[in-house]
Amino acid sequence: MTSGDLQNLYQELILDHSRTPHGFGLRDEIAAQSHQVNPTCGDEVTLQVHRADDGSIEAIAWEGHGCAISQASASLLAELAEGLSVDDLEVRIAAFREAMRSRGKIEPDEELLGDAAALGGVSKYVARVKCAMLAWVAAEDALHKSA
Amino acid sequence: MSTSSVTAPATPLSDDEVRLLRADFPILSSEVQGHPLAYLDSGATSQRPLAVLDAERGFATTFNSAVHRGAHTLAAEATELFEDSRSTVARFIGADDDEIVWTSNATEAINLVAYSLSNASLGRGGAAAEPLRLRAGDEIVTTEMEHHANLIPWQELAFRTGATLRVIPLDDDGALRLDTLSEHITDRAKIVAVTHVSNVLGVINPVDQIVARAREVGALVLLDACQSAPHLPLDVRALDVDFAVLSGHKMLGPTGVGALYGRRELLEIMPPFLTGGSMITTVTTTEAEYLPPPQRFEAGTQRVSQAIALAAAVDYLTAVGMPRIAAHEAQLGARLLEGLRAIDGVRVLGADIDLPRIGLASFDVTGIHSHDVGQFLDDRGIAVRVGHHCAQPLHRRLGVTSSTRASTYLYTTEAEVDAVIDGVAQAIDFFGVHA
Repeated sequence: MTSGDLQNLYQELILDHSRTPHGFGLRDEIAAQSHQVNPTCGDEVTLQVHRADDGSIEAIAWEGHGCAISQASASLLAELAEGLSVDDLEVRIAAFREAMRSRGKIEPDEELLGDAAALGGVSKYVARVKCAMLAWVAAEDALHKSA
Repeated sequence: MSTSSVTAPATPLSDDEVRLLRADFPILSSEVQGHPLAYLDSGATSQRPLAVLDAERGFATTFNSAVHRGAHTLAAEATELFEDSRSTVARFIGADDDEIVWTSNATEAINLVAYSLSNASLGRGGAAAEPLRLRAGDEIVTTEMEHHANLIPWQELAFRTGATLRVIPLDDDGALRLDTLSEHITDRAKIVAVTHVSNVLGVINPVDQIVARAREVGALVLLDACQSAPHLPLDVRALDVDFAVLSGHKMLGPTGVGALYGRRELLEIMPPFLTGGSMITTVTTTEAEYLPPPQRFEAGTQRVSQAIALAAAVDYLTAVGMPRIAAHEAQLGARLLEGLRAIDGVRVLGADIDLPRIGLASFDVTGIHSHDVGQFLDDRGIAVRVGHHCAQPLHRRLGVTSSTRASTYLYTTEAEVDAVIDGVAQAIDFFGVHA
C-alpha cells in the first residue's frame, strides 16, 4: 500500500536512529554550540561540537525534538562526525546539503557520508529537506562560531 | 449558550449534492502520489469553484480597468462591479456596504485596526479619535487560543503605546477560561481581540459572553472570523462585535483579498493605516484630508479582480446555503472526531470541550511527529496540515509542539474523512509505535 518512495524515505535504518539516537544529550563542558529552529513546525535542535586536543571532532552532542527525519539526521551526523577533522566535516556537510537540495537528482556519496547517505530519499520531498538539514546547519554554525 | 446559529436546524448536504458540487472544483478530481486527492486542508486554504475563476477571468477579459478614477466606460463598469462585490460581502455577514474595507487578507485587516489605534494614540484623527487612544495603563485583551495573526499585532501595539497586553488563558482541555473574563477584561480594557472559531480546535467560542463583558467595561471587540465566515452563518450585528476580519482564500475565493468589517461610527473616527492615492480629498505638499470610510482605508490600487472573485465565492456559498454547509460539516466533524478518538494513541486536541464545532480536528499521535503523520497521509493522496498552525501558545498550553490537522468543507465526503481515520491507524502500524 505504501509507495516505494515512502519506504525509502523511512528506511529501517532511519527509524532506528530516530528511536535510539546517537549522541543525544548535551554535555556540561564548554563547546561550540548552536541552536536552530525550523519555524514551520517549531522543531528545534541544540548541538555542541566537542573537539579533541588535536583539533579533530571528538564528538557531536545534541538535544532536540522533531520528526523522525530530523532526529535520525542529527543522530547520523553525530555518528559520522566522530574523529573527523573540521575540514573533513565541512566537506561532508557541503556534500550532504548538495544532495538534499537536488530534488532527487544527486544520490548522496556513501563513501563520504556513510549511513547518512540513507537520507537521500528526503531530497525528493522538498518540504522535508529542512528537517534533514536542521542538525547539519547547527553543526556548521557551531564550527563557524568557534573558527 | 453560543450565539452561533450552527444549531439552527438545516438539512445536511446529501451525497448526491456533494458529488454535484465537487464537479465545480476541478482540482478535487486530480491525483496525488497515484491516489485520488483527498483534500482535508481547507482550514488553511479552500479550493475554488469554476464560478470564482470565471468571475476573475470574466472581469479581466471584459471590464479590466482602474476603479474610482477615470471617466471612461470600462472604468465606470469596473467601479460598479467592485462596489457591488463589497455589497455582496457586506450582506453575507450582516453589515452595511460602507462598513466593509477591502484588505489583502485577515492579517492586514487586524493590522489596520491595530495601526489605526496606534495612530490615534499619537494624536492622529484629532479629538474625534480620542476614544481610540491607548495610553500606559490601558489594556489590550486577547486569548491564549489565537492564531498568531490575532496576537502579534496586539503585542506590537502594546509595545508602541505602553498599554498592557492581557491574555485570557485556556483550561487543561483547551477551552477559554470564561470564569476569568472579569479578571482579564477590566475597566482599563480598550479592545478585546478574540477568535470566533479556533483554527486548531474547531470549537465555536461563546462570543456573546465575551462581548457582554466587554460592553460592561466599554471595550471594543474585534472578532477573528477567518474560520467562521467560511463555515457558519455569520451576522456581525447579531454578535454585536465592533470589528470582524475574514480571508477570501479560506472561503472559496482567491488569495490576496480579505475584508475588515468595522462599525460605521468607529470607522468614521479612525485615522488611516496605509496612506497614499485614492484615499484623499485635498492634498497639499504638507498635509492631506481624507475620504470617509471605507475609501479612507483603501490606499493605492485595489485588488479589484480578487474582490470580484470573492463576491462570486460568496454567491456560491449563499446559493448552497450557509446553514446547510454548517450542518454538513458538523456531521463530518463528528465523524472525524469519533473516528480519531477511537484510535489508541491518538489525542484529539480540545476533544473534551463542550462547545459546538466546525468540521475540523487537530490531533497528536503518541510517538509519531506530525510531519511524519502528514507525510504518510500524503503518500495516500491525503492532504492535511502539520505543524503549529500559527498557534504556538495554544500548542504549548496543551503540552505539544505541533499537531496534524484535518479540516473539511462543503465538498468533503464521508469517504475522505474515513480515509484520514484509516490512514492515521495505518501510520501507527507503519512507524511501528505499537511494534
